[in-house]
Order: sequence, then C-alpha cells, then structure tokens
Amino acid sequence: MSDVRIAGVTASHNGRPVLQGIDLHVPEASTTVILGPSGCGKTTLLRVIAGFQAPDNGSVALGDDVVVGPGLWRAPERRGVGYVAQEGNLFPHLSVGANVVYGLDRSARRDTGRLTELLRLVGLDVGLADRRPDQLSGGQQQRVALARALARRPKVLLLDEPFSSLDAALRTSTREAVADVLAREGVTAILVTHDQSEALSMADQVAIMHDGRFSQVGSPADVYDRPADTRSAGFLGDAVTLAGRADSGTVHHALGVVSVEHVPDGPVDVLLRPEQIALVAQGSGRPATVLSSTYFGHDALIDLDLGADPREPGSAGAPSVVRARVRGQDVPPDGTVVSLQLLGEPLVFPHPTSA
Amino acid sequence: MLGRTSAGRPGRRWRPGALASRLVAGLVALVCCTPLVVIVTKALAVGPEKAGRLLWRPRVGELLGNTLSLVVLTVSITVVLGVAAAWLVERTDLPLAGLWRVVLVCPLAVPAFVNAYAWVSIRPDLNGLTGAVLVTSLSYFPFVFLPVAAVLRGLDRSLEDTARSLGLGPWRAFLRATLPQLRPALMGGALLVALHLLAEFGVLALVRFPTFTTAILDQYQVAFDDAAGSVLASALLALCLAFLTIDLVSRGRARHARLGRGTPQRPTPVRLGRLTPVALAGIALLVLLAIAVPVGSIARWLVMGVDSLSPGELLAPMWSSLRLAAAAAVLTTVAAFPVAWLVSRATDRLDRWVAVAVERSTYLASSLPGVVVALALVGLAVRYLPAVYQTSALLVLAYAILFVPRAMVSIRAALAHLPPELGDAARALGDNPVRAFLRVQLPLVLRGTLAGFALVFIAVSTELTATLLLAPTGTRTLATAFWAASESLDYAAAAPYAAALVILSAPVTYLLMRRTEEVTAT
Repeated sequence: MSDVRIAGVTASHNGRPVLQGIDLHVPEASTTVILGPSGCGKTTLLRVIAGFQAPDNGSVALGDDVVVGPGLWRAPERRGVGYVAQEGNLFPHLSVGANVVYGLDRSARRDTGRLTELLRLVGLDVGLADRRPDQLSGGQQQRVALARALARRPKVLLLDEPFSSLDAALRTSTREAVADVLAREGVTAILVTHDQSEALSMADQVAIMHDGRFSQVGSPADVYDRPADTRSAGFLGDAVTLAGRADSGTVHHALGVVSVEHVPDGPVDVLLRPEQIALVAQGSGRPATVLSSTYFGHDALIDLDLGADPREPGSAGAPSVVRARVRGQDVPPDGTVVSLQLLGEPLVFPHPTSA
Repeated sequence: MLGRTSAGRPGRRWRPGALASRLVAGLVALVCCTPLVVIVTKALAVGPEKAGRLLWRPRVGELLGNTLSLVVLTVSITVVLGVAAAWLVERTDLPLAGLWRVVLVCPLAVPAFVNAYAWVSIRPDLNGLTGAVLVTSLSYFPFVFLPVAAVLRGLDRSLEDTARSLGLGPWRAFLRATLPQLRPALMGGALLVALHLLAEFGVLALVRFPTFTTAILDQYQVAFDDAAGSVLASALLALCLAFLTIDLVSRGRARHARLGRGTPQRPTPVRLGRLTPVALAGIALLVLLAIAVPVGSIARWLVMGVDSLSPGELLAPMWSSLRLAAAAAVLTTVAAFPVAWLVSRATDRLDRWVAVAVERSTYLASSLPGVVVALALVGLAVRYLPAVYQTSALLVLAYAILFVPRAMVSIRAALAHLPPELGDAARALGDNPVRAFLRVQLPLVLRGTLAGFALVFIAVSTELTATLLLAPTGTRTLATAFWAASESLDYAAAAPYAAALVILSAPVTYLLMRRTEEVTAT
C-alpha cells in the first residue's frame, strides 16, 4: 500500500468545469472519505485517480509513482488501483470465483487456495464460488467486488458509493464488514459517498466537496464539531442557525451570550447542533413552546418556538424556531412551554451578506 | 513510464477502439448513402424537360395509383389483423394463447414471393389488386403483430387499473390508456409493412399487379432504359422518403411508453365468454390462410413433382445461396458492430451526434427498395469500376447496404444490456482495452451479435430482387432458381426450391420473437 498525493487537479465535462483545483493527501493505510452532494464532482475525482478519465491539469501520485502529471498519463491497467463501484459491477457471464480471481495472472487463477483466502477475507462462504453473481444478495455482491479488487493487492482502493444501492439494514452490516477488512489489511482507501453517517463512521479523514472544490478536510470529529462554514455544517447533520450581532468580542443570540475572537462587529450566524439544546427544569432557562416533534425511538427532534423576547434586541426579524434533539422518552406534548439551555460553545460565523 | 499521447490519452471517457470505431462508422455511412446519391444524380442528369416527359405519363399515374392503393389497403389490413390478434393472444383468456403466440409469427418463415407462388399455383385467377393485397397482408401482418404483442405483454397492469379506477369501462380503458402506449410499436410495424410493399417485386410480378418497383425491373430487363429507370427510381425514392417523414413527424409528437424494469404484473385477462368460439375461429382462419395454405400448396406440388425430383439439381443453387449469405452476413456484422458500439457508448455531444447521424443514414439506405440499391450499384460499377460488375463482390455489397440495420438493431439491444462500467472494472483489474473487450464485453454481446448475423444470413439467402439484378451470369441462388421455374409456370419444378427457402427462413421466427422482446425491454 502507498499514500496518495493529489495536487491541483482540474477536470471538465463537455466544457463545463467539474473539478476546480483539488489537493489531497491520503496517508498510507488510512481511509479518506469524500463527502458531497450528487453532481459535486466526487465520482469524477475517483475516475481521474483510477485512470478512466484524464484531468485537464494537475498531478496524481500513488506512493513514489506519479501516474498523472504534465504530459503524462498512465493507463488504468498499469496503475495498480482497486475499484469498487456502486453496483459492484461483477461480470455477469462469470462465476463468483472467476470474478474474484479475474485480475490475477493465469497460474494464480488456478490456485483455489488463493480464492478461498480472498472469500474468507471478505466474510463470504467458500461454497458461493460457483454461483452466478445474480444469485447473490446486493451485500454479497459488494463483498465479491471488494475481494476482486483486493486480489491484486492494489496500491490504493477506490470505492464509489459502494453501499448506496443496498437497503438500510444491509448497508450498515456491509459497511462494518468492509471497514473491518480495510483496517485488518492496512488498505489505503478513498471512499466517495453522499451519506454523512457513512462518512463520519468510516473515515480517518473526511473531505467535504462542493462544486468541484474541497470546502473542508479534516478528522470526522473536526469537521462535525468545527465546520468551516454553515453549508458544510448543514451537510454533516442537522444544524440550527441563530441570528446574532457581534459587538466588541461579544455575541448576543436567542439562547444566550457567547464571547468570540477575530469576529468583526456586525450581524453573525450562530451555529449549533440540535443535541446542544437541552430541555431543563421550568424557569431555569430560555422559555419556548413545543410546536411539533418527530419521534425516532432512540431519540426525537423537537421544533420549538422561541417567541419574541424583548431582552434580545439583536434577534429582531430572526427566525424564532429552533430544533432540539432529546431522548426518546423525554418528548413533551405539543403546546407545552419548556425551558431551554445551551450546552457547550456554539460556532459563530460572520453573516454572509455582511462579508 | 511515459503515457502514450493522443490515441492513448482518453477524452472525457475512455473508450476502447474509439478511433477505429469512428473510421468504420464513417465508411459505413458513406457506402450506405452512395445509392441514394447515385440515383438522384442520375435523375437530375436526365434534365427537367425529359424527366417531366417521363414522369407525366398516364402509365406513371397508373403505377402511382396502384402503389398507393396497395400500400393503403395492405397497411390498414395488417394493422387491424396485427392489433386484433395481439390483443386476443395477450389480453384475453383465449385458449391456447401460448401456441398462437408462436404460430402467428410463422408467416415470416415463408418469403412473400413464395407465398404468392403458393396461392397463384392453386388459384390462377387470383391477380391484380385483390391478389396483391391478399398475399401481402397474410405475409406481412406479423410485422405489426410482433411488436404490438411484445408491448402489450410488457405493459404493467396498473395502467389499465388506474384508468378503470378513474371511471372508464374496460373498452374505454383499452382505447384511452393502452392504445396510446401501443402507438410507437404500431407506427413502427406499419412503416415496416409500407417499406416492404414499396420494395416488393416477386409477389406483384406473380399476381400481375404493376407498381413502381416492378416497372423499374421491367424497364431495366426489357428495355435497359437507364433514363426512364432512374426517373422512376427517383419517384419511388420520393415515396419512400415521404413515408419515413410521416413516421418521423408523428413519432416526434407521440409520448413513448416507459416500461418499468423487472417483471411487470400481468393484467387480469379479459373474459371472452360466449365470444370465445368466434375469436378462436377467427384466429384459426388467419392461421389457415397465412400458414396452412402456403405450406400445403408447396407440399402438394412437391408430391406431384416427386418423380422428376433430383436432389443434385438443388445443391448448386443451395451452395450459392449459403456462400453469398455467409459472406454478406460477415461483412454486415463487421460493419454494424462499430456503429452500434459508437451509438451506445458515445458520451460526448459531438460523438453522439455523429453516431446517430451514421445510424440514421444506414436506416435510410436500407429502407430503399432493393431494386433501387441494385440499380445504383450497377450504374456505378459499369461507369467507374467495370471489373466488379457481374461479380459476387458487388452483390454482397448490395446485401450489406440493404441489411445493415438488421444486424445493428440486434447488436444495439445486446449493448444496451451491457453497463459501460464493466469495461472500467476490467481495466482497473489489469486488462488493456483489447483484453477487456475480449474477456468481458465480447462474451456478453456475443449472443446478440450472432442473432444479428443469423438474421442477415437468412434475409440474404432468401433475397430475390437485388439478386435478380446483380447476380453474376451463371450464378443461380435458391431464390433465382425458384423464380425462373415459377415464372415459366413450372410449379412442380419450383416446389423443391420453395421448400428449401421456407426451411432456411424458419429460424427467423424465433430470432425475431426474441429480438422484439429485447428491444421492447430496453
């Protein structure tokens, strides 16, 4: 396995820019997840690394091996990458076993020991080797695709939304199985997805992509707790934005006061997660009325109306509805007046129009 | 290692053999359009005054009237027969539906000119418009039945159910919800029948009903009048283009059926009840006229001529037919594959546009009557390349121009089932483009390609019109040997050839049934 270095990659499709200057370092034996909405260019980046598409500019190096650079383009079959696509793309005319050993040379293909080892690695029964791909479940197909890609001991494994075609239950178990294999084998992997829980749970490093650019690259906790902007924050999970006003290092907002550094005076967005809003004993916090709630079993989301509060001049005209996450058994009925308290420090960004 | 430049560097998306595909596709389009250009150029060279004189004759008016009345009557009858039969088989509780589904495609195994021989030889008084309409309707109604039945079978029941829930009775639900879905299949079938009628020679010569096509052949064989021939051919060409335009315009307005993936739920069959015997009798009569009569008639002549039958005489024409068919099928498949590949794989806007233009040009060329293509090639060869005139090579080229779409449609249906990502997967696993093609893509489209090959092979081995014009002197195929015998009214001598032609055509039934389902499913 090697690390992956991507520098200044730009690409376009039919004259429309798709990637606009991508830089990324994926350390050896780690997993980087590229997270972004559909159409943001994340699959194109994967295809550029694999060699299915040539970038307009920029370079890609797998370890010491530069595969894309100025005047240089290496064909995909000579790059040593493994590729697992959304639907697995197993060859329908070949058995499961023949699929797994497809990329090995002739003598290695006859070695049944190697096939057994690969099937075991991804947690598949050896008896499945003679089946046709269409006789397997979606999750099993993805495991076969993984075994097939790993058989050649690639320098880097590329996974393009590998779990998105699976149903919810199968998705979680397959994801765990794949994460386990990647960790055990010390695979350098780049995974592309639009599913934030997949990104946060599988990644050593998350790269958030918008319109062909990375808006933030960092550890999962980093990007979740300290998003670079409100858009990235919204993409990683539910976010509550409150309007506020910065005044010489102090920001007043609907749920309290926070002190800030390096924020110019003027209107700001105060960003928090629903789990940062707690329901506390009557009278000990900011009063609010329960508008509605959505119950998920383990927890619930409650929409709360803060109403007008004359104590906060900065809140004039701001949306007065916030969303809180509470334990499933703590959901108050609609119309109840409750008290809210803020847990931890919220993030403060200058309001975009004032910038 | 340095990357290869230009050819090795992928465009927006890596396509193996992209350059070769484009070259071959361009060549195919060029060759296919040649007959069109030649005929028009020749007609223009005649000059407006002489052309006007040649066209403005009572004879031409008669030919036009004959051609149009044949097309209108036969197309109407085949549409009614095809839709009614398809509806009975696919949508009602008609007994033995599985049997009828297969049997009603079988008329395609009897070449139309053989069918005409079968009818005329037992009813010599059958001629003129009546004979022409009878024989062509019975031969060509499967062209409508086949696609309409496939669409009816594939339609989800929810469509008609929804219409019923909106307050429509079963009849109105069929007319307002189902029939509009059938429109593309219906139009396609009707167009195919119309184009076949424009090109038909054998049937019409046997029932002595002159149309443009028979007149052009007469002109060529009797008078060898080039000017008159090419002016008539241009008129035929104009009719053919008019039909294609009507089809294109009405298709542009029609909303195409979107069929869901997987197996749709079959609708509850309509109960025929007391009408069952009537429906059964109707279908049985159709089968009797379309299949039992030709097969029985051929069998009867075979038995009557059994004394003079010498199998050795059959061998030489059989060998000629198979040899020509094999050569033409190879050439056609090799030419069709790159075009089909390009059409199904093009992602660039420009590439896609070029591919579709090439594809359409081959459709256009093959919808020209065989006699027009043959005449054009004769003219070209005589003038510029006398060495190929009267050779098999020229004949094989004409076959390829006429039948390229048959191979192409099959290959395209197969390619449509092949995800482009499989090629990428193979490349990431260490295959170069050629190996990826040989190990993954070719095996997956082989069946469809062979089916296309077989369709061309059968079409060529039973082709009559172009063969009559282009076959080298002394080369007798099954079709021309049959024609020589039946033209001289020696029906018993023609019977063995007729039987051989029917046997050769038989697999077409199965192949077309399968292809129609594949095309409908994509």
